[in-house]
Amino acid sequence: MNFRKLLVPAIVALLFQPAAQAEITIGVSLPLTGPASGLGIPCNNGLALWPKSIAGEPLRVIVLDDASDPTIGVKNARRFVSEDKVDLIVGSAATPVALAMSDVAAQAKTVQLAASPIVTAPGKDEWSFRLAQSNAVMAIPIVAHMKKLGVKTVGFLGYSDTYGESWLNDFTKEAKAAGISVIGAERFARTDTSVTAQALKLTSANPDAILIAASGSGAAMPHKAVVDRGYRGKIYQTHSAASRDLMRVGGKDVEGAYVVSGPATVADQLPDAHPSKKFGVDYIARYEKIHGAGSRNQFAAHMYDAAILLEKAVPAALRKAKPGTPEFRAALKEALESGGVTPVSQGIINYTPQDHWGFTKETGLIMKVVNGDWKVEQ
Amino acid sequence: MKPTSDTLRALPAQSARRPGASMARTAIFALFVAALVALPLLPVPEFWITQLNYIGLYAIVVVGVVLLTGMAGLTSFGQAAFVGLGAYATGVLTATYGLSPWLGLLAGLAVSACAALLIGPLTLRMSGHYLPVATIAWGLALFYIMSSIEFLGKYDGLMGVPPVSIGALVFDTGRSQFYLIWAFALAATLAALWLLDSRTGRAIRALREGSVMAEAMGVHTLRYKIGVFVLAALFAAVSGWLYAHFQRSVNPSPFGLNMGIQYLFMAVLGGMGSVWGALTGAAAVKLIEDQLQVWIPALLGRTGSFEVIAFGIILVLVLKYARQGIWSFLDGLVPRPRRKRDWAEAAPLPVRPKPRRGAVVLEGTGLRRQFGGLVAVNDVDLAVRAGDIVGLIGPNGAGKSTTFHLLSGVLALTAGEIRLHGQRVDGLPSRVIASRGLARTFQHVKMIPDMSVLENVALGAHLRGGAGALRSMLRLDRAQERSLLKEAEAQLMRVGLGEHLHEPAGNLAMGLQRLMEIARALCSDPAVLLLDEPAAGLRHFEKQALAKVLRQLRDEGMGILLVEHDMDLMMSVADRIVVMEFGTRLMEGTPAEVRASPAVRAAYLGTEH
Amino acid sequence: MDLTIAGVLTLDGLTNGAIYALLGIATVLIFTVTRILFIPQGEFVAFGALTLALFQTGQVPGTVWLLLVAAAAAFLLDLYALLRAPRAAGRAAAICRLAASQLAVPILIAALAIWAAPRGLPILAQGLLTLLIITPLGPLTYRLVYQSIAEASVLVLLIVSVGVHFVLLGLALFFFGAEGFRNPPFVDARYALGPLNLSGQVIGIFVVFILLMVMLRLFFGRTLYGKALRATAVNRLGARLLAISADSAGKLAFAMAAFIGALSGLLIGSTTTVFYDSGFLIGLKGFIAAVGGGLASYPATAVGALLLGVAESFGSFWASSLKEAIVFTLILPVLLWRSLYTPHHEEH
Repeated sequence: MNFRKLLVPAIVALLFQPAAQAEITIGVSLPLTGPASGLGIPCNNGLALWPKSIAGEPLRVIVLDDASDPTIGVKNARRFVSEDKVDLIVGSAATPVALAMSDVAAQAKTVQLAASPIVTAPGKDEWSFRLAQSNAVMAIPIVAHMKKLGVKTVGFLGYSDTYGESWLNDFTKEAKAAGISVIGAERFARTDTSVTAQALKLTSANPDAILIAASGSGAAMPHKAVVDRGYRGKIYQTHSAASRDLMRVGGKDVEGAYVVSGPATVADQLPDAHPSKKFGVDYIARYEKIHGAGSRNQFAAHMYDAAILLEKAVPAALRKAKPGTPEFRAALKEALESGGVTPVSQGIINYTPQDHWGFTKETGLIMKVVNGDWKVEQ
Repeated sequence: MKPTSDTLRALPAQSARRPGASMARTAIFALFVAALVALPLLPVPEFWITQLNYIGLYAIVVVGVVLLTGMAGLTSFGQAAFVGLGAYATGVLTATYGLSPWLGLLAGLAVSACAALLIGPLTLRMSGHYLPVATIAWGLALFYIMSSIEFLGKYDGLMGVPPVSIGALVFDTGRSQFYLIWAFALAATLAALWLLDSRTGRAIRALREGSVMAEAMGVHTLRYKIGVFVLAALFAAVSGWLYAHFQRSVNPSPFGLNMGIQYLFMAVLGGMGSVWGALTGAAAVKLIEDQLQVWIPALLGRTGSFEVIAFGIILVLVLKYARQGIWSFLDGLVPRPRRKRDWAEAAPLPVRPKPRRGAVVLEGTGLRRQFGGLVAVNDVDLAVRAGDIVGLIGPNGAGKSTTFHLLSGVLALTAGEIRLHGQRVDGLPSRVIASRGLARTFQHVKMIPDMSVLENVALGAHLRGGAGALRSMLRLDRAQERSLLKEAEAQLMRVGLGEHLHEPAGNLAMGLQRLMEIARALCSDPAVLLLDEPAAGLRHFEKQALAKVLRQLRDEGMGILLVEHDMDLMMSVADRIVVMEFGTRLMEGTPAEVRASPAVRAAYLGTEH
Repeated sequence: MDLTIAGVLTLDGLTNGAIYALLGIATVLIFTVTRILFIPQGEFVAFGALTLALFQTGQVPGTVWLLLVAAAAAFLLDLYALLRAPRAAGRAAAICRLAASQLAVPILIAALAIWAAPRGLPILAQGLLTLLIITPLGPLTYRLVYQSIAEASVLVLLIVSVGVHFVLLGLALFFFGAEGFRNPPFVDARYALGPLNLSGQVIGIFVVFILLMVMLRLFFGRTLYGKALRATAVNRLGARLLAISADSAGKLAFAMAAFIGALSGLLIGSTTTVFYDSGFLIGLKGFIAAVGGGLASYPATAVGALLLGVAESFGSFWASSLKEAIVFTLILPVLLWRSLYTPHHEEH
C-alpha cells in the first residue's frame, strides 16, 4: 500500500474535518426509589417529553437515582459536575435532596433546575432555579377561597417532612394576613397504619376547615380519617395531591374536597385565553398518550416546563459560548434570568436575577372534586 | 518423639523462620501510605477522589464496628446515629453559631460520648438478640429525634457548614479533604490495631467468648463493653464531623437504620476478624454500589428498583459463599510474620505475697447451692491449704464443677461462706475473687480461638498490668506489654507448650488447650489454683509431665484444688481427697484412705450404701 | 382527654396492635424454628395487600411471576442436587416426581391467577387467590436463600434477612409502583358500640387475630407437625435424629409466616393505604414486640404488640410530630427489663 498516496487526502481530511457535534449534557437526579419515589418516578416519566435536540445540538441526558437521600443527591451532583461535565443539572424532586444539591451547583457554577420548591439561605440560590411553584404561591388561592367561604379557623394535617413543614409555615403566614388562624397542627407519615388519633385531635377542636398537606395517594388516608370522625367542615388539599391517585384511593370520601393545583393538570377546563392552556393541553395529550388516560400529574409537568425553558434559553446561550464550557453555563444562567415572561404549562414563569422562583401569584387554581373528577372553581 | 524430661524444658520457639514475611508486610503498608499521599497530586478524575473520600468516611465508622461487633461480639445497628450526633454537633456550632470546626469536633466527641455513656449501661447488659434489637430501637429513636428538632433544621437539615481549616490552610476542595479524611482514617486504623495488640485489646476480644471466662481473668466485662461502645461511638462521631465539613451540609438521612445496616454489612464483607477488614469492606461496598449504578441501567434500561434488588442479592450471596470476608482472603496471600521476641530484657511483673505453708488459703463452709428444688451442692465443707493439693472426686453429676463455680464466684451461694485468705468472698463477683489470688480453669475450655496461645495466656495476667485503652492506642504501653508477654512465655514453657507460642489457640489439640488454660491461670500469680479436669485429653506421658508441674507448684507453696477423673493421676498427686456424691460430701482423707473406703467404691459403682 | 377520645384511641391502638401482634407471632415462629430473625416479614403484608389491589384493577399482579420464577429457581437447585447424586436407577422417575412436587402447584396457581385476573371475581375469591400466591413464597424464600446456610450464626442470618428485605422491597416497587392502594372492605358493615364506631373490617381483624392464636395453640399442642416444629426449635440436631427434617420444619414455618403476613395485608388493605414500602415499619414493630415477648412466647408477643399499638395511638394524639421517637424510645426500658428477666445463657 502506498502511504504517500493517502497522505495528502488524509491531511486535507483532517484540516477540513467538520466541527464535531457538540452536545448539551444534562444531569438529572431524581428519587426513583425511597420515600419520595412517588414524585421522582412521574418526573422520570416526564423526561420522555423532552426533545432530542435543541437548536441543532443533541441532548445527552444522564439520569441517576438519588433514592430520596440528600447524600446520594450530592454525590450525583458532584459526579455530574466533575465526571460528566454537565451543562445543566436537573433535580431533585425531593426537596431536601435538591437543597443539598444546590450547594454543589453553586460551587461548580452550574445551573440547577430544581423540581421542588427549595428554600435556600438568602442569596444562596444564585445558580438554582425552581421549576415548581413555591408553597407560598400555592397557598394564596387556598386562603382566598377560604376567605370567600367565611372560614375563620383551620386545622392542619401534614406530612412530617419538609413538604408538610413548609406548607404549615407558608400557609400560616398567608392565612394570618387574611385573618384566618391555624388552631391545630398534626403530623403523620405516609406509611402510617392509621391517622385516627391525629384526625381525632383536629376534629375535636372543630375548625371551619382542615388543610391536608400530603402527596398523591398518601393524601387519601388523612382525608378519610377526618371524614370518618364525622367532620362536616371543608377539607382542602395541596397541589401535590392533585392527581388521580387521590380519588382512586379516597373514593367517595374525597368528594367535595378543594384542591389547589397548577394549571397543567386541568388545562382542558381552562378558558382558551389562559396563557398556560395550550401548553397544558399539549402536555396532557403527549403524556397520556404514553402513560395512559388520567395519568397526568404535577411532577411530569415540571419536566415538560423545563423543556420549554431550555428551548428558549439554550439558543441564547449558544450564541455566546459552546456547550461544555464554563462560559456556556454562565450564559445559560443569564439566558434564564433574562428570558422574561414565559408561559409554561404550570403557570407563568418570570425569572429575574433577583428572583429564581419565577411563578406569579396567580398561578394556583382551586379545583373541586366532583363525581371523581376535577372541576375548576370559578 | 522427645523423651519425657525434655517436654517441659523446650526452648522458646525460634523467632521468624520467615524473615521475608515481616518485610513484605511493612513494604506493602508503606506502599499503601505512599499511594494515599500521592493520589490527590496525580491527575486522577475528581470522581475517584470523591469516592475515596466517602470510603475513608465509612471506614472510620466501620473500624468502630469491627471493634464493637467483630472483637467484642456486640452487634450494633445504631452506629449511624452516632455519626449523626457528630455531624449535627459541628453543624450547629459552625453553621448556626459560626464557631471553629475544631470546636465542633470536640463538641461532637463530647455529645457522642455522653450519649454512649447513657445508652451503653442500659443496652449492654442485654445479651443475645436483645442487643441488636435495642440498637435498632435507639438508633431509630435518635434518628427521629434529630429529624424533628427545630434548631437542627428539622427535615431539611443544616446548610452552609464551612470547611475545616488549620490556620491559613483551608480544606475546601475534594483533594485537600482527601488528606484530612485519610489522615483520620489511618489514625483510627492504627489506633485500633494497637489497641487490639495490648492488654486492653485482649480483654476486649475475650468479651466475645462470653463473660464467664473474662470475669474469671479479672476483666470487668460491663465496664469494658461500655468502653468499647463509647470508643466505637467516638470513631463514628469523628466520621460525622468529617462528613459534615465535606458535604457542607447536614441532613438526617444518612443517620438512619439503612446506613446502620450498611456499616455492619461493610464489616461483614470486609471481614470482621481484622481492623483492615473495615477499610476493605468500606471500599468493596462503595465500589459495588457505584458499579450497580452504572451497569444496571446499561443492562436493564431503567434505574431504580433494580439496583436495590441487585444490592440485596449481592448481600445474600456474599454471606452465603464468602462469609469470612475479603480481607481474610487477601491476608492469606502474604504470610504472617511471627511475633518478634523482644521481651527477653523486660522487667518482671509484681508478685503478690504468698501465704506461708500450711495456712488455709481457701475455705468453704456449709456450701449450698439449690436450683429450684434440686440441691446441687449440699452443705459441703472444703479447705485448701498453701502447699497442699486437694483432690475433688465423685461420679458424674456429683456437683464438683458446681462447687468450683461457687468457690470462684461464677455462681451465687444459696447458703454458706467462702473465705479467701481468711476474708469473706461469697457474694463477690468472680473478677474480685480473681484479683485476690484465686485462679481457675474450666471444664469446657474457654479461650479465644483466633488469638495466639501466647496472647491467650497473657490474658491471665490482665490484673497485673495497668495500661489502659488510651495508652495502648498511642502505643505507650510497650514496656508493660513486654513484661506481660515474658510472664506468659515463662508459664507456657513451664507447662510444656513452649513450642506452640504463636499458633492460634483454636488449632491446638484439646488436651494442650487445657494445659494452656493452666498456664493462663498461673499468669495471674495466684495463691490458690482451681483446676477442672486438666488432664482430660492428655496422653500418658503428658499426664506425667502435668503431674510433675503440679507437684512443683505445690512445693513452691501454691494451694491446688483439683477435679480429675483419671484416678492414677489423682492418687499420685493429691495430698488429700474429698469425695462428693449427689452434692454431698461423702468423705475426706488421704488417697490411701479413700481407695480403701467401701462407701466410695459403692458410690462409684452405684450400689446402695 | 375524655372517655370517648380515650376509647377511640384505644380501639385504634388495639386494631393496629393486633396486626403488629400477628407479625410478631410470625417472627417468633420463624425464629424459634430456624433461628432466623426474619426482618422482611412486613414485606409479605405489602405483597398481600397490593396483590389483591391489582386483582381489583383487573391486572395480573407481578407476584404471580415472582412465584413462577422462584419455583423454577428452587426446582433447578433441587434438580442440580439430584443430578449430582450418585447414579441410581429410576432417575428419570425421580426428576418427574421432583418436577411434579415443585412446579405443579405454582404453575396451577399462576394459571388460575392469570385466568381470574380480568374476570372480576368477588373480593373474597380474589383474597383467597392472593393467599394462594403469597404463601408459597415463604418456603421458596427459605429454600433459595436460607437452606444452605441454616447452620450459620444468628448475626449472619440477620444480615442475610436484611438482604432479602432489600430484594423484596425493590421487587415491590417494581411490581406495584410508588403510589398506594386501598382495597374495598370484605365486610361492609358498621356497628356502634357505645360511642365507638366499629367497622366490619376492624371486627374482622380481631376475629382473625383470636382465631389464629387459638389455632396456633392447637397446632403446636395437638398436631404432630406442630410438635415436630417445636422439637426442631428446641434442639435441631435432636429433632433430626428423630427423623424430623429440619429443612421441612423451616419451610413449614416460613409458609405459616408468609400466610400470616399475607392475611394481615388483606386485613389492613381496606383500613390503611398500603404502599410498596409500608411493610417494613409494620414488620419492624411486630419484630420489636416479638423481642419484647422474649422471642419465645406467643401470648407475651401479642400483649406487647397490643400495648405498642396503644402507645403509638396515644403518642400520636399527644405529640404527633414526635410519635416515632416516642415509640422507639419507650421500647428500650421494655427490652432492658426483658433482658434482665430472661435467664442469660452464653452462646457458644
